[in-house]
Amino acid sequence: MSTPDLAIPFGRDGSSRFLPALTLLMVFLAGLALAAVMDLERALARWDESLTGTLTVELPAATGPTDKSLDAALAVLHAAPGVKSAAPIDSATTMKLIEPWLGTSLSPADLELPRLIDVRLDPGRHTDVAALRTQLGTAVPGATLDDHQLWLDRLARFARSAELTAIAILVLIGGVAVISVSFATRTGLAVHRDTIELLHLMGARDAYVARQFERQALRLALIGGAIGLVLAAAALLALSQATNAAAFLGDSVTLLPALHLRGWNWAVLAVLPVVAGLVAMATARLTVLTTLRRLP
Amino acid sequence: MVRFENVGMRYGTGPEVLRDITLRLDAGSFHFLTGPSGAGKTSLLRLIALAERPSRGLVSLFGEDLSRVTRAALSPLRRKIGIVFQDFRLIPHLSAFDNVALPLRVAGVTENKLRDNVREMLEWVGLADKLDAKPSTLSGGQQQRVAIARAVVARPKLLVADEPTGNVDDAMALRLMRLFEELNKLGTTLIIATHNAALARGFGRPVLHLENGELAAAAATRAAS
Repeated sequence: MSTPDLAIPFGRDGSSRFLPALTLLMVFLAGLALAAVMDLERALARWDESLTGTLTVELPAATGPTDKSLDAALAVLHAAPGVKSAAPIDSATTMKLIEPWLGTSLSPADLELPRLIDVRLDPGRHTDVAALRTQLGTAVPGATLDDHQLWLDRLARFARSAELTAIAILVLIGGVAVISVSFATRTGLAVHRDTIELLHLMGARDAYVARQFERQALRLALIGGAIGLVLAAAALLALSQATNAAAFLGDSVTLLPALHLRGWNWAVLAVLPVVAGLVAMATARLTVLTTLRRLP
Repeated sequence: MVRFENVGMRYGTGPEVLRDITLRLDAGSFHFLTGPSGAGKTSLLRLIALAERPSRGLVSLFGEDLSRVTRAALSPLRRKIGIVFQDFRLIPHLSAFDNVALPLRVAGVTENKLRDNVREMLEWVGLADKLDAKPSTLSGGQQQRVAIARAVVARPKLLVADEPTGNVDDAMALRLMRLFEELNKLGTTLIIATHNAALARGFGRPVLHLENGELAAAAATRAAS
């Protein structure tokens, strides 16, 4: 003898095969999109953290051995409130920075290289960057102060655009899931029309019939979602390994940041099949109730 | 129990399949509904079983004017009606026990309470040894007896049967009719549709005859006028 909720023979219609496959795909894609959103947030925070609190001062190339402009600039910087340290970047380091473009055949003497000062700010104190820029300009004509804001702004805009795209993909996936579950439920209602009418004539309330479809949708979506999550996790791990390997390829610079998901990121991803199940359940319920309302 | 006054019914925007039906089934009565195929017997039974709404006229069931009953309030009314279909309408993947238990489960009766009730019903129709049998393993007569047990397990006040003997042999038809008589003796109001006028006459019960969507008396009156 069976349990009370098996009146509708769901095993005999196509939606039983269609829905898990569909949810698998949805959760897989949603997992990748969500991971992208979470990792972009992390990358953005890291860039912000590494660039905020640093300044770069650029002085014109030295005019001769008696040029005191570097000392003058350092004096201004050391006297400014909030400046923790100010260290000139030596010519060897500067050469290394331009090496990818100019090669190794040149020496510092061949080039009129600007002199750079790496400035670290005290995060606990306020620094008036505009006033500092004016003071430097007065002490050393032609000196410029870069607070990386332009670079940070562009980076933030790019990251936000990518994040919004990923969120839009997530919303689209959700929408497609709702439409698909709705169609699958309507198919189920059509296939099991006789049984549903029988239950209706026995005095079953619409909610009783809807509950059967809800549970079926939840069960199938959880199965498909769980498989989709496993596949998404495998893909993300593979991607993480690939980007990590790329990030550690000697000294070469990589544009692609290493994918690194933290514990709570994985926990959020693990909730995806449950969310898919609940969306499927709610959609099935709404579809059944709307359709049954047409019965007398 | 059931009162129809000048009831008409159509499916969608089609022609009227029932016209000017006026009838009354008193509590505890036993009526046959006869007529040729296409006369509207099934449509009339579907109206009585609350499977359809009339397009005009007054339908009153259990003292309630259906035009004043909300859709939600129809469910409790439907639970007072048992239905037997010509094609049995058993759910193929459920056992005989579960098929019979379905109306009770729909009504929210607990498993403990329904178990004895269902067994008793299957015993009454002579299928105590077929509790776990799936419909596909039962003969036509056995399937119809399961369907009858299902229709009466919730102790309906009104039983509607559409050609219940249509798919069984004469001996089984007689046996099923005896079951219906027993039910009627217990107080259930019955209306049974059959195209077998001889079978209906043989039981000496009132017969409602439908022709072209009209009851015979109404049709006769129209012809005379």
